[in-house]
Amino acid sequence: MGSFVPHTDPEIDAMLEYLELGSLEALYGEIPERLKLDGPLKLAKGVSEVDTLARMSELAAANTPVGKDLVCFAGGGAYDHDLSTAAMALGSRPEFVTSYTPYQPEVAQGVLQALFEFQSLVCRISGLDLSNASLYDGGSALVEAVNLAASATKRQRVVLSQALNPSFREMVKTFAKGTGHQIVEAPLKGTVTDLDAMDLTDAAAICIGFPNYLGEVEDLPRLRSMCDASGALMVVVYDPVSISVLRTPGELGADIAVAEGQSLGLPLSFGGPYLGLFSAKTEFTRLVPGRLVGRTVDLDHKTAYVSTLRTREQDIRREKASSNVCTNQTLMAVQASIYLSWLGKSGFRELGQRCHSATRYLAGLLTQIEGVEVLGHSYVREFPIRLPKDADQVISEMVSEGFLAGIAIGAGFEGTAVEGSLLVTATEKRTKAEIDGFVDSLRKVLGK
Amino acid sequence: MKRFEENAGGVAKSSPLVGRSAEPTIFELSSPGRSASSFRTTGITPINPEENLPKGLLRDEPLELPEVSERDLVGHYTRLASRQYSVDLGAYPLGSCTMKYNPKFADYVASMSGLSDVHPYSPAALTQGWLELIADAEEYLCEVTGMAAATFQPAAGAAGELTGLLIIGAYQRQVGSKARKIIIPDSAHGTNPASVTLGGFEVVTVPSDSRGLVDTAELAKVLDSDIAGMMMTNPNTLGLFEIEIAEIAAMVHEVGGLMYYDGANLNAVLGVSRPGDMGFDIVHSNLHKTFATPHGGGGPGSGPVAVTERLAPFLPGPRPRRVTGTDGCDTLEWFVPECSIGRVHSNHGNTVVVARALAYMLYNGSDGMRRVSDIAVLNANWLRKAISSSYEVPFGNLCMHEFVASAASIRKKTGAKALDIAKSLLGEGFHAPTVYFPLVVEEALMLEPTETESPQTLQALADALLKIASIAENEGSAPLQMQPTSTPVRRLDEAGAARHPILSYRPESS
Repeated sequence: MGSFVPHTDPEIDAMLEYLELGSLEALYGEIPERLKLDGPLKLAKGVSEVDTLARMSELAAANTPVGKDLVCFAGGGAYDHDLSTAAMALGSRPEFVTSYTPYQPEVAQGVLQALFEFQSLVCRISGLDLSNASLYDGGSALVEAVNLAASATKRQRVVLSQALNPSFREMVKTFAKGTGHQIVEAPLKGTVTDLDAMDLTDAAAICIGFPNYLGEVEDLPRLRSMCDASGALMVVVYDPVSISVLRTPGELGADIAVAEGQSLGLPLSFGGPYLGLFSAKTEFTRLVPGRLVGRTVDLDHKTAYVSTLRTREQDIRREKASSNVCTNQTLMAVQASIYLSWLGKSGFRELGQRCHSATRYLAGLLTQIEGVEVLGHSYVREFPIRLPKDADQVISEMVSEGFLAGIAIGAGFEGTAVEGSLLVTATEKRTKAEIDGFVDSLRKVLGK
Repeated sequence: MKRFEENAGGVAKSSPLVGRSAEPTIFELSSPGRSASSFRTTGITPINPEENLPKGLLRDEPLELPEVSERDLVGHYTRLASRQYSVDLGAYPLGSCTMKYNPKFADYVASMSGLSDVHPYSPAALTQGWLELIADAEEYLCEVTGMAAATFQPAAGAAGELTGLLIIGAYQRQVGSKARKIIIPDSAHGTNPASVTLGGFEVVTVPSDSRGLVDTAELAKVLDSDIAGMMMTNPNTLGLFEIEIAEIAAMVHEVGGLMYYDGANLNAVLGVSRPGDMGFDIVHSNLHKTFATPHGGGGPGSGPVAVTERLAPFLPGPRPRRVTGTDGCDTLEWFVPECSIGRVHSNHGNTVVVARALAYMLYNGSDGMRRVSDIAVLNANWLRKAISSSYEVPFGNLCMHEFVASAASIRKKTGAKALDIAKSLLGEGFHAPTVYFPLVVEEALMLEPTETESPQTLQALADALLKIASIAENEGSAPLQMQPTSTPVRRLDEAGAARHPILSYRPESS
């Protein structure tokens, strides 16, 4: 067996002798005998590194990754983008990977400055002046936004657009069982939120997607005036890549903007670790969850960075804290910053335009298939289609054709016009040949 | 000669190594028009978004993102990395954080094709390996903790705590109880009380007794039918085993409460004693502590929650389970437990972190895990004794995997505070211990060496701590208050940072 314990037997003996103990077992002298295990854990014994990797490879081989043999047209918050080799290499540096939360700023300037730059980048994409150093994922960022809105407005009622990611909505409802917030959903009208059918009276917030989960842009300017009338905060759940062509949530009036940041250079990773982005207007600074990194100077007046406004955080406020977040997703934040800087001003714009072009090219071909209806109208990079056949069945048959066809719209959309449709996307990674092949295979599967 | 703008692109030289100079931000390194990115050939004709989207929602100008070459980018982040302490560089004796060595083979696992490139919404037929991986990790975790079932959705320890508290709430509602209070010891982590509030409960604090353990007489006074549960770590935050844990659990169970185990200190008892056998009902583990997944400068973590058979129906879903098909073959499928509290993560949790942890568990096995705790506890006790001539340890004779020393008497004699000692240790080339926590020890220095540091490293760490104490003794606090001087930056103006927060780069703020 292998071990990462460096001690030799003579070294252990010498240490025990120094402690005047007869054996390692004696270290546990304080533990009552009846609480001690009477034998080893009922697990296999340790194995070598090679054996470990062989088993992990076996598990990996039992999955079908996206790639040449499974070309990905599924999104729903997790997108198959090209990754930057340089960003991956830099983001894998052990100084970033194996450090702890930067509690000692004198020896943590690398992570602190990278987080300060991350906050700055997220401010630019969200269009809001304040961004934190990350949360767990898009859903947890929305949960924190709901909690902030309730604290800031002292209201308990929260309106969720039904056009939000159904997993995010479920999370909000899960955590509302603890906070007691009353969660109501604003219904759909086609692929957008029915702004006329919702009631913002006494609402702490209305949470809406931009673009929403179905890929459609929402009428944020109109919603802003509705929020002004009701006093509800406008919480926008955005897709960062779409902001390369769209105006920012901040420009369109958001009080709080949150996002899933996976599309900013992070691998699909079966759903995690991902990256929650959280931004708010500066008037909410004292209520913002998670870590904030600020710029300051050291004793020699040199520029330096430090975790700041710490009195908001759980370890100081304890039961009075409005969030319990401690460990977040720092490494993912650093990796996303590097990717965004690699893309740069022109590359970010091009990324969004390419996603848009590929998606629109795909939609154009799909409308030509008899019985297929494109349900999207004003969309950037994702849209649902109605099929003349069960969506799950189509997904399953398309796998044999070498495609991950999309996401079946089901749970969370019961009784709506989009129930039973297939949500599809084409990123900048999809070539014309792949899209043409996808459409040909879909024709075959649908018998058209 | 026209000189080029000084900062643009950054200057490719090793200034952090030789001059401790500050690194400009990536924004300041920008040179208009520069770019590192390139895009694949797709054969797709560009389509203008203006053809398809309302003009009022479209942006006119590209966002102001950095404009750097790939070489500039590599230079910048490499210079930042050289200003960062890490486990790979040196020991990190941060109490309660379990900063052990992170095996390199797990990095390889994390980037394996078949794990890193699988879409979370792929049909289960395409992700049998992932379902099996999570099910295997669940089996290992349940055996280590003495529990029956687990969820891997919580992305960090605090997320695990809140998940556990929501389970307590759902359970209490199911049995018709209106209990609203959760007991926590006064030495608990800050996330505990914050999680209690977010879980919809009120905090009741019980004090420690003169042994540094939960005061059972005080506990008895707060127990009534309004108690929904109790959260504890064992060993506790002082590094001491709660020897009356079975009695405490029985007392809490007696009034209908559930016992929650905060797994922050699980590294002390692997293969030695199990939370389930101590009487706990819910256990969260920090894979980024006990199971050696890297901390990433503050995440990603993973805080799986394991529970008893009785509580399994409340776990978040979906979870994997094995089913035997009509052909007699075993497959795995997702299912949502019948009384599930609902999702606590957008997808299935930080799954790649779980893969790293499973690799670590397979590699160590039952024998290796026991060895981990044996040496973690041995190291902590050795260090404790080695510095005891200068640093008092207020509680206990034997500690578990960590201990809390006090700089109170040093402060009284010399004026040097725990903070000065921590900062001086940075100057000696070690990371500092956790300071001023737990709150029950004055001038606390909480040290957790972990099992992966050699006796030689421990000796050097002890020497450094003793040298610092002796400087205070002989020269007073002044030299320590100047420390550190050899780090990339010196002590910071933290008050100024909070008074006038600058939380993002703006051209005018430079």
